[in-house]
Amino acid sequence: MAVAIILGVLGIGLLWLFIGALKGREVDRRVIFVFILVAVAAPLLVNITFKFEPTPIVQAVFDEFESLPEGSTVLFSYDFDPAMAPEVQPMANVLTRHALERGHKIIFMCLFATGEGQFNVTDREVIQPEFPDRVNGVDWVNIGYKAGNEGVLNVIVTDFKKMFPTDVNGVPYDSIKIFDKIKSCKDLDLIVSIGGGRPGIKEWVLFVGDPGNVPIATGVAAVVAPQLYPYYPKQLIGLLGGVKGAAEYESHFKKVYPKYADMATPAIFMMGPQTIAHIVIMAFIVIGNLIFFLGRRKEGEEA
Amino acid sequence: MSLSQRKSFSVFPAIQFIIIIALTFVLSVNSFAQEATDDTTSVTSVIIAPPTNLLVEDFEYDDGEKLNLIWTPSIDDQPQVGKVTGYQVFRVTNDDVTTKIAELMPGANNFTDQELDKDSTYSYYVTAIANGAEASSVTTSPISPQREWVNFGLTNLFVIALIIGGAIFYFIEMGKRGKKLFVRKIAGLEAVDDAIGRATEMGRPILYIPGIHDMDDVQTLASLTILGRVAEQIADYDIKIRMPVARSLVMTAARETIKASYQAAGRPDAYSDDMVSYITDEQFGYVAAVDGIMVREKPATVFLLGAFFAESLILAETGNHVGAIQIAGTARPAQLPFFIAACDFTLIGEELFAASAYLSNEPKALGALKGQDVGKIIAAAAIIAGVLLETVIQLTDSESAATLLGYLRQAFTT
Amino acid sequence: MRREIPLAITVFVGFLLIISVFFPPVETLGEDFSLSFDIIAVFAFFLGGGNLIRIHLKKLARRETDWMFSIVTLGGFILMLTAGLLKIGNPGDIATSVNTEGMLFESIYRSVFVPLGATMYALLAFFVASASYRAFRAKNREATILLVAAFIILMGSTPLGAMATSWMPESLSIFEIPNLAVWIMSYANLAGQRAIIIGIGLGVVSMSLRLILGVERSYLGKEG
Repeated sequence: MAVAIILGVLGIGLLWLFIGALKGREVDRRVIFVFILVAVAAPLLVNITFKFEPTPIVQAVFDEFESLPEGSTVLFSYDFDPAMAPEVQPMANVLTRHALERGHKIIFMCLFATGEGQFNVTDREVIQPEFPDRVNGVDWVNIGYKAGNEGVLNVIVTDFKKMFPTDVNGVPYDSIKIFDKIKSCKDLDLIVSIGGGRPGIKEWVLFVGDPGNVPIATGVAAVVAPQLYPYYPKQLIGLLGGVKGAAEYESHFKKVYPKYADMATPAIFMMGPQTIAHIVIMAFIVIGNLIFFLGRRKEGEEA
Repeated sequence: MSLSQRKSFSVFPAIQFIIIIALTFVLSVNSFAQEATDDTTSVTSVIIAPPTNLLVEDFEYDDGEKLNLIWTPSIDDQPQVGKVTGYQVFRVTNDDVTTKIAELMPGANNFTDQELDKDSTYSYYVTAIANGAEASSVTTSPISPQREWVNFGLTNLFVIALIIGGAIFYFIEMGKRGKKLFVRKIAGLEAVDDAIGRATEMGRPILYIPGIHDMDDVQTLASLTILGRVAEQIADYDIKIRMPVARSLVMTAARETIKASYQAAGRPDAYSDDMVSYITDEQFGYVAAVDGIMVREKPATVFLLGAFFAESLILAETGNHVGAIQIAGTARPAQLPFFIAACDFTLIGEELFAASAYLSNEPKALGALKGQDVGKIIAAAAIIAGVLLETVIQLTDSESAATLLGYLRQAFTT
Repeated sequence: MRREIPLAITVFVGFLLIISVFFPPVETLGEDFSLSFDIIAVFAFFLGGGNLIRIHLKKLARRETDWMFSIVTLGGFILMLTAGLLKIGNPGDIATSVNTEGMLFESIYRSVFVPLGATMYALLAFFVASASYRAFRAKNREATILLVAAFIILMGSTPLGAMATSWMPESLSIFEIPNLAVWIMSYANLAGQRAIIIGIGLGVVSMSLRLILGVERSYLGKEG
C-alpha cells in the first residue's frame, strides 16, 4: 500500500512537471532535489526491494571463493574511507562472511588510514556475532594501515614482516599463526581489494598481482568499475561494481547458503532507492529534452 | 644468461623409479611397524611419490638476490583425489644449514627464493607432504644467484622510450631553432582569457582548485604550471585569486608559483600568502570547505585542474549553481564525464598536460607536444596492425600472421 | 640560485629514476625516493596545520564575516588532536591503535566524521540528477548518441532494464538492455577510455620530460 502511494506521488509529480515542460517551463534544481530525496528516502522507509541474478563478472568472484580449498589464505585490503563505505562496506562484509563460512583464513589490512575504522565495522557486524569461534591471529588477523601507498605494496610483495612487524594490537609478526605459512603476498591464495580510490585496486594489480602472480578480485564504487573492465578476466578474476554488484553477490550468497537467509543485506536494500532514483533521473532527462525541443521549435517559428 | 650459469638437476627416470620403490618400501615397513604395535586401531598409511625434475636457476635480471625453483609436482598431487596436502621447500646453505623456507599449497610447482647473498651458494630440495607421509626430491647442486647489471628484458621498453624521448628532444630543438610548429586549437584554453576578463568585469574573485593530490602526482604539477601562467594574467588585471588546497606541500609550491607570477607581472606588492590556504587532507572535508567558499564568495571563474575523484561533480555543480564560468581538466578518465556535464570547458587528459605549453606559446614547450605525437603514431600503427592481423588470423588461420602478431605482442610486452 | 638548485635536483633525480628502471642493482631507487617523499610530506603537515590555525585565529581576532565557523574549525582540530595524541579512553596499553573501540578518537570518528563524510558523498545523488537534466539534451548528433547511451546504461543498472526486454527470444539476447549496457561499457566506452589513457600516458611522458629538462619552469616561478 505504502509502496503504491509513494510511486503514485512520484508519478503525479513527474506528470505535473511533464505538463509544465509542454508549456516550456524549466524545472528548478531544487525541485529535482526534492524528487531525488523522495525517490531515495521512501524506498528505505517502506523497504522496496528487487530480485537479482549475478552477472558473470560477479559470479566469478563467488566461484573463486567456492573453489579455494578450505584453509586457504585470503588477504582483504580495506582501501576506502567512510564516504565510500555505503557503497563498498556491504561488499567487504559479505565477502568476509563468505570467506569465513568456507573456512578460509583472512589477513585484513588497509592502504587508506581510515580503512582501519571500516574494518572495525566488519568485525562488529560479521566476525564477532557470526563467527565468535574464529580466533584472532589464527583464523584472521588485522595488520592495519601503513603509510606509503604503492611503497607498501612494493615491499609486501616480497616480505610482509618488513612492512608489518606487528599486527594492530602490537602482536609480533612471528607469533601470529597465520603468518607461519605466509611470508609475502606471493604465498596468498587470493587478494581482495575493496575501495575505488588511489591507492587501490590498480596499484594492487600493478605492484602485487602482476609481478607476484597472485589472483586478485575487487569490489569498487560504481563510478570506477568501467575503468577496471579491461583488467577482467586476466588481471582481475572478478569484480563487484557498486551497490548493484554487491546486491547480486548478497542475493546469490543467500541462495547458495540458505542458513544466511536472515542476514543483513544492505546492498539489496539500497538497490530499491537506486532503482527508483534512476527512473526519476530518466524522467527528468525526458522532460529536459522536451523543453529543449519545444524551445527550439518555438525559436524556429519566431525566426 | 648463458646456459652454463644455469645449474639444473633432473632426475633420470630409472633413478626416479628406484627412489619411488625405495620410499614405498620404507613407508610400508613403517606402517607395518605401527600396525604391529597397535592393532586395535587401523592406521591408514599413505604412500606418495616425491616431486621430480627440481630445477634451480638464477632469477633473470635482478641484483643477485633471487633464485627460481621449478619442479614437477608429485604424481600423487591431483585435483580433488590427490593425496598430497602441500609442499615444503628447504634451502641448504654452503655451511650446511638447512632451513624450511616455504610451505606451499597442493599443485604448487615453483617458488622464488629471495633476499639471498650473491657470494654464497645454495642447494634446495622440495618435500611433498601427505597425511603422515612425506617424500623429498633430490637435493640440487649448489648455485649462487647472479647479479645482472642491465635488464635486457626491458629492451623493447628502452627502445620505445628512446624513440618517443628522442622525438621530444628533437622537436624541442626544432622549436628552439624557430621552426613554426602547429598545435591544434584547444577550446578550453582559448577561453582562459575570457574567463579572467569576466572576473575583472564582475569584480568577483577567481577560484583555483588544483585537485586533491600531492606534489608527487604529475597532474598537480601540470596544474601548478598552468597556475603560473594564469596568475600572471590575474596579477595584471588586479583580480582576487582564492586557492584552497588539500595538501601542505601543494600550498607551499602554489604560494611560490603565484608569488613569482606577481613579481613577473611587476606587482609583488599585491601578492599575499593568504591567497593560498590549506584546508584539510580529508577528501570530503575539503569539498565541504570549497563548496562553502563558492557559495559565500560567488567566484566569477572557477578553475578545476588536477587530480579529482568523487568530489569532481560536487564541486562542478556548485560552481555551476553560483553562475561561475568553469574550466576543468583532469587525467582521471572516470571524472571526465562529470566535468563535461557540469563545466563550460573541459581539458581531456593530455590537454591538461599540454595546457601550460599552449598558454605560454614558447617554441620549446610546443616542441615537446609535437614530439609526443610520434608516440601517438606508434600507438595507432600498432593498434591498426594488431586488429588487421587478428582479423586475418580469424578468417584464414594464417600461421605467418600469427607469428607476426606474436612479434607485435612481444614488442609491447615487458 | 633559488631556481637553479631545485632545477638541478629535478634534472639529476629525474634522469636517475628513468635510467634506474633498466639496471637491476639500482631498480629500487624509485621506491626509496617515494618513501622519502612520504616522510617530507608528513613533516609538511605542520606547515598546513599551522596555516589553518593562523588563518582562523586571524579571522577570530578581526571578527571577520562568519568568524563563528572558525571556532568550530579550531575546536574540532584541537579536540581530535588531543583525543588522538593522549589516547583518551584507551582500553589497552600505550601501543594500542587510536582506532580501537572505546577510544574517544574512535567514537568521534564513528559518530561524527563517518556520517559527515557520507553526507557529502550523498550530495552526488542530487547533483547527478541536476547535471543529467541539464547536460543530456539532444542538441546535436553527438549529444544524441550520448543521450541514448546514457539511457541504456541507466536502464541496465536497474532491474527495470531486465524486465523491459525479458520477452526477447534467446537469439536476440544481445539486444536485451542489461547486455546492451555491458556491451556499451566494455566496447564503446572502453575503446574511448583506452584512447584517452594512451593520450594521458604520452602526455605524462612529455610533461615529465619538460619538467626534467627545465623547459617547463613556471611552477618554480618566472625568469627575472
